[in-house]
Amino acid sequence: MAQINLKNITKSYPLDGLTLKILKGISLEIGSGEFVAIMGPSGSGKSTLMNILGCLDKPTSGQYTLDGINVENLSSDELADIRNHKIGFVFQGFNLLSRTTALENVELPMVYSGIPAAERKKRAEEALQKVGLKERMYHQPNQLSGGQQQRVAIARAIVNDAPIIFADEPTGNLDTKMSLEIMDLFTKLNKELKRTIILVTHEEDIAKYADRIIRIVDGEIHSDEKIK
Amino acid sequence: MIDLKTIFSIAIRAIKANKMRSILTSLGIIIGVSAVIVMLAVGNGAQTSIQNEMKTMGSNLIIIRSGVATSSGVRGGHGSQPTMRMSDGDAIQEKIPQIKLAAPVLEETAQIVYGNANWSTGVSGTDRRFFEIKEWDLAYGRMFNQTDIKSSSKTAILGQTVVYELFGDVDPLGKTIRIKGIPFQVIGVLDARGQNGMGQDQDDVVYIPITTAQKKVMGTTIPDEVRMVMLQAVDSESTYTAQDEIKQLLRQRHNLGANKEDDFVIRNLTQMMEMMENSTKIMTILLGSIASISLLVGGIGIMNIMLVSVTERTREIGIRMAIGAKAWDIRWQFLMESLVLSLIGGLVGVVIGLVGSKVVSTFSSLKTEISVFYVLLPFSFAGFVGLFFGFYPAYKASLLNPINALRYE
Ligand SMILES: Nc1ncnc2c1ncn2[C@@H]1O[C@H](COP(=O)(O)OP(=O)(O)O)[C@@H](O)[C@H]1O
Ligand SMILES: [Mg+2]
Repeated sequence: MAQINLKNITKSYPLDGLTLKILKGISLEIGSGEFVAIMGPSGSGKSTLMNILGCLDKPTSGQYTLDGINVENLSSDELADIRNHKIGFVFQGFNLLSRTTALENVELPMVYSGIPAAERKKRAEEALQKVGLKERMYHQPNQLSGGQQQRVAIARAIVNDAPIIFADEPTGNLDTKMSLEIMDLFTKLNKELKRTIILVTHEEDIAKYADRIIRIVDGEIHSDEKIK
Repeated sequence: MIDLKTIFSIAIRAIKANKMRSILTSLGIIIGVSAVIVMLAVGNGAQTSIQNEMKTMGSNLIIIRSGVATSSGVRGGHGSQPTMRMSDGDAIQEKIPQIKLAAPVLEETAQIVYGNANWSTGVSGTDRRFFEIKEWDLAYGRMFNQTDIKSSSKTAILGQTVVYELFGDVDPLGKTIRIKGIPFQVIGVLDARGQNGMGQDQDDVVYIPITTAQKKVMGTTIPDEVRMVMLQAVDSESTYTAQDEIKQLLRQRHNLGANKEDDFVIRNLTQMMEMMENSTKIMTILLGSIASISLLVGGIGIMNIMLVSVTERTREIGIRMAIGAKAWDIRWQFLMESLVLSLIGGLVGVVIGLVGSKVVSTFSSLKTEISVFYVLLPFSFAGFVGLFFGFYPAYKASLLNPINALRYE
């Protein structure tokens, strides 16, 4: 079975007494080591889908198996465990802890998996090395550029050896030069470290880095094609 | 599960990030803890001075005076006919096994002269049993003996204040003083005792043999008269149980018919002291409880600030949850923060409470006493308050939905 397996996933929100259907039956499979871009117009449900894939949210109906685990029946603590061990997130707004050094931000996932402090530090340094920020490890987010902050976030996503990385518009807040640097980094993680990468974007230039593009329109898959 | 050391450093960081607010939040706890410590110290001090009083007064004491007890209380003293004799005391000591010692006391204020110095003080006629009951030793010299009592010798034992006033640096032993013009030889000087609970100087006193007082110094209306008999029972229980027997014996010795009132008053000092001790205990508990209320109010202050803090840090909570924090990880984070806040407040409160107790005893007549238990008690109560009032905000934080928390601006 594929690493990620969605069957007929729907998501609705109640709105003024009506139900607003955001995802209208999404089925797809993503294998280990794939590099997938999810594209679509604003409001089409990309983030909603990402949140479900990332175990931050539960679908209204449908089946989701991740690494063979049926996710629907898990408690919120069990979901937290999955997010901790199997998933790394990269957000558009970076979502780093303020007044906290890059090093400590990267250590955070290991704090919640109970790794001893010394090992945490060592592994966080290695992760920052991989994203080329080792010399900035004692800087706080407000002392770093947007691109650097996003690289800290990527280091945080890979530090616990999570096999899957979800990135929701990771370049949305960055200029072109920084965006390309970040995309090179994702490509490296995919090719060298064999991480599955699922990335939401609405820019064709960014999507070109992926091996496969899934287009979503109005809560439904419009197209799904391999480009490499 | 997140480790304790990390939660602790997260808490310290959050507290430091909002220094002024943390200080103000702890203030309630600081005031509460220091108030409890000072109140308990005052109550404890009162208890200890009563206990000391009991010690210097003599333990298991009963005092018998001449006079008539009425329903409105105790009458006697001025104008009443003296009825108590030394032989009454001796009979009680001999016949009632629960009574160990019976010391006679016949006292009067008199002028005392040595050379050019003179001093007005209390003169008490008694015998050595009095000092045994009070456990009061001589600093030097000798105690009254049988011969002194039998022969009504003109010998005197002085308290330290009298020695100081009359003799200054001169050694008083063997010197002759005059009491109401009668020459007495100083045979001993007592250990210093200081003030009693009422602020009286217990060392400002002269003791002479009881028989000498009766026959040569003080005016008496009946033979063998004493002002009071001081009894020591074998234990505090006996101060209650011996009273009936004492009463029967005295009524018999005083030839009181069945229809006659007692012509003596028995006072159980142990009982009085125990009652006073109990009421100070109750006072201590009351003062401590009232002060604890301010600690509770401090706890509500902590809860208030922690709720604000949880709201302000919604996004941080979202990030932590997205990265793998479980419900208890989030709860512990905020519980630890409110625990540390209250323990820091508790620590500062302990320091202020200790200083405050010292200040109270220095600048007022209240005695204070600090004990380790009564310091640890409010400190740990502060910790408990922190955990208790921290729980609701922590619980609220752990219920946040990660997506909503991440979207929070
Ligand atoms: N919690 C929610 N309650 C109601 N509507 C929501 C909620 N979350 C998202 N939506 C709506 O779902 C639609 C899709 O949102 P989203 O998945 O963020 O789109 P995209 O990321 O593709 O721009 C939007 O119209 C949004 O307003
Ligand atoms: Mg979106």
